[in-house]
Amino acid sequence: MVSIRSIHSQPGSLSPNDLPWIIKHQPDRCTLCGKCAAVCPVNTLKLAYMRKRMPKVVLSSTERGSSFKTFVGIRQRTDVGRRCVGCGSCAMVCPNEAITPVYNANDRYRYQATAGGEPVKRGGRRNEPGASLLDRIIFNRISMLTDPALDAGRHEFSCNTLLGRVLSPEEYVRRKMSGEWIPPVREIFPFVIGSMSFGALSPNMWLGLLQGVAYCNEVLGIPVVMATGEGGCPPWVLKSPFLKYVILQIASGYFGWDEIIRAIPDMQCDPAAIEIKYGQGAKPGDGGLLQWFKVSKLIARLRGVPEGVDLPSPPVHQTLYSIEESVMKMIQSMSMAWNFKVPVYPKISGSTSAKSVLNNLVRNPYASALMIDGIDGGTGAAYDISLNATGHPIASNVRDCYLDLCAQGKQNEIPIFAAGGVGKNGNVVQNGLALIMLGASGVHIGKFIMQSAAGCLGSERNRCNVCNIGVCPKGITSQNAKIYRRLDPDDVAQRLVETFQSIQTEIKKTMAPLGRSQSLPIGMSDALAIADKAAADRLKIRYVC
Amino acid sequence: MCRLAMKTASKPFSPFSVLQAMESMQEGYDGSGLGLLLRGLEFSDYKYQAGDPILSGIAHTPAALSRLSEIMDSKGFELKYDHEFDVDRSRLEARDRHKYVLRVYKQPKEWDSLSQEETEHAMMMTRIGLRLDGADHGDDLTAFSLWPDVAMIKEVGWPLEIGQAFGLDNDRIKSRICFAQGRQNTNYGINLYACHPFFIEGVATMTNGENTAFGPIRDWLSGKGYPGYMGYQSDSEVFAHILHYVTKQLKLPLETYKHVITPLSNSELADHPQGDFLLGLRNVCRRLIIDGPNAVIGSLADETCLLAMDAKKLRPATVGGKPGEWAMASEMCGVDALIPDRDRSKDLQPMREHTIIIPPDRKELQIWSQYDQFTLNQAA
Repeated sequence: MVSIRSIHSQPGSLSPNDLPWIIKHQPDRCTLCGKCAAVCPVNTLKLAYMRKRMPKVVLSSTERGSSFKTFVGIRQRTDVGRRCVGCGSCAMVCPNEAITPVYNANDRYRYQATAGGEPVKRGGRRNEPGASLLDRIIFNRISMLTDPALDAGRHEFSCNTLLGRVLSPEEYVRRKMSGEWIPPVREIFPFVIGSMSFGALSPNMWLGLLQGVAYCNEVLGIPVVMATGEGGCPPWVLKSPFLKYVILQIASGYFGWDEIIRAIPDMQCDPAAIEIKYGQGAKPGDGGLLQWFKVSKLIARLRGVPEGVDLPSPPVHQTLYSIEESVMKMIQSMSMAWNFKVPVYPKISGSTSAKSVLNNLVRNPYASALMIDGIDGGTGAAYDISLNATGHPIASNVRDCYLDLCAQGKQNEIPIFAAGGVGKNGNVVQNGLALIMLGASGVHIGKFIMQSAAGCLGSERNRCNVCNIGVCPKGITSQNAKIYRRLDPDDVAQRLVETFQSIQTEIKKTMAPLGRSQSLPIGMSDALAIADKAAADRLKIRYVC
Repeated sequence: MCRLAMKTASKPFSPFSVLQAMESMQEGYDGSGLGLLLRGLEFSDYKYQAGDPILSGIAHTPAALSRLSEIMDSKGFELKYDHEFDVDRSRLEARDRHKYVLRVYKQPKEWDSLSQEETEHAMMMTRIGLRLDGADHGDDLTAFSLWPDVAMIKEVGWPLEIGQAFGLDNDRIKSRICFAQGRQNTNYGINLYACHPFFIEGVATMTNGENTAFGPIRDWLSGKGYPGYMGYQSDSEVFAHILHYVTKQLKLPLETYKHVITPLSNSELADHPQGDFLLGLRNVCRRLIIDGPNAVIGSLADETCLLAMDAKKLRPATVGGKPGEWAMASEMCGVDALIPDRDRSKDLQPMREHTIIIPPDRKELQIWSQYDQFTLNQAA
């Protein structure tokens, strides 16, 4: 036996068993094609010649005792930067099912992931597997008294919601009679594609989404809108008739707004709305972040910046001191830019201070809505601690805000949109309608759309989540043409349409037994129940068991 | 389930005839209670003077009755007539009814200087004051209405039995309009206030079916801060309040009620001559959209009567009659019992877009469609 006099071990030394994902490789099935190593986005797979000792009992002194055999095999790199992220691309390309990553709950990687003093950054959302609160809310006010009179397959349903400032009926009648300004209101599908920037998403992904959205609107009559996130919009979209399906976002970096402002005279139609981002559920207190890996020539041109530099937006809007000032200045400036014909609303992180922001908006006649993004919201790039532990769960935040509006009799005037974990475990309509019945006028879904429409591999077990470094194995969040060409925009559009068709059917299937078909059941909390007394009390819904 | 019957006639008639019509529809309700609204009253032993407010309610104890009298006295109401029902208590289920109140008052002198609107508000506030006083004393006082020319009776039990127990078949009370509904509200617990018809400032409605959008509508109306928008022991009470809100708060024409509770779709509004106004109205009154299934029968202070259906017409209602006399009921046999000598070929089951309006002159009924234009004060 070879003696072990010293083990080369540093504090940061890791073995495959210390990693969150362990590559399970079956050499007997491996055809040595090398596709797995080629596709691995983080280069964790090492194709190597290896040598194996072949011990042999030899009695003769003239003969050597052992021989060695060389073979070709696969090894998993164990350094933090090239650890396996569990995406499973290797398994996807393997012709013989010889390789797959396996989840390892006993990893030690997390203690060593701070090389160079830099904490973990990643994409994705809060790593909290298991049923979310929204998954546990059920709809139990079934209309049995007068028969469940509605048929989801046969009757007409009105599932749309309003985005925009709605006047009180008295004020509406007064203004209409005297010919005064009526704030712009959009009738939209209550599931909005949440803000994902042109930059965070690859051009193919973005194009696929837009194609799908246009099809939903123009062929199926489902008025889906998508929000751009901060980073502008390609000029051909700005000058196209499809702009009316797009919510343009402005945030503290103002990225892309040169192009937008320049395009205004050439716009064929108004955008769906303008979203002013003050906060994001995944990383409250942080501005947007596009890491240098993703700042390609195209993105640099669109955003008016040099190629290959990090693009962090500041946490605060530099020209403003407070949300009050921002409400006054930015909302009015943006409204004015589109002649008071486009709804303008702020997006904030879920927070205990959300109610204060809301009350501020109530008093601003130009504020069109409030979008609240909860802690389970996703992002393309953020620090681990921001993603996992900073923010406010969306359910109680929306509920508090809605009840506050109810107390003022203004729940129809400022729509609240909610986001953060809707569809986290695939139950997108259950989650969305639960939020709507708690008081939201609609929900934003981002991560779910990436998963459903483009096959995003991310999960709450920290699978993949490398959106930040531009190596997305599916080509969704990469700016490298060699990678994103894997994603066919037509396929994305097709899946997006299928996703929204299915969402629409599930909305009807939920509304019909509740006896609702004429309007979206916003605030219909009498239909909700949960088998958790504390949550029921907090949300003021029924406790059932 | 419940059944509704309503008759309006130029010549006052006995409410008992409406209860008999209810009996013809008896398969349709559980007979758990009766709600009656009489408008355009005539008493055989008292000459009612138009404009005098009439208080309807129940004093469940002698103490409640004396408090009621004190409250009315203190506000300056002068009792002109106290109708004593010939009550046969053996036919009633309820045992804790000290006195069924139906009193005609002369309104307080201080109110003479008030405008019509202020007087109406003051009457409503007096009624609510009585109701809240009852609530403060273990619900020993129930006040249904305080309004000129309107009487209301609500009680638990089989409708015809209740009518006989109250002696309504003795013709001591007659009215030009009578609403009857044959069921206690059992959706949300037995409560006299939960029984239809519902009344607020001259506006009354009764409904059959279930209002599935009740919660959000109640929340919105409660948030308006209007003192009359309270109660909500029944999901159907909001129909009366919405009618009140549209006609008395927004001061819009009666036709817009239908547009508020069951607005047209986008494509229908695109072709409507007032589509622009109505689209905006749909947005601002979005929380008042009902989902049904419901048939709503209502009446206004001027004796106009109306009938409107939910947007999918999921509940039945028939209207029929002849000049001077019209009836609405959940079933055709109900209309048959109310006005047997009419031309049945002219009976009508309104469709989802219809509002049937019977104007105070009762000469003919109007079938108003949501697709039709209506008169708005100014071109909108």
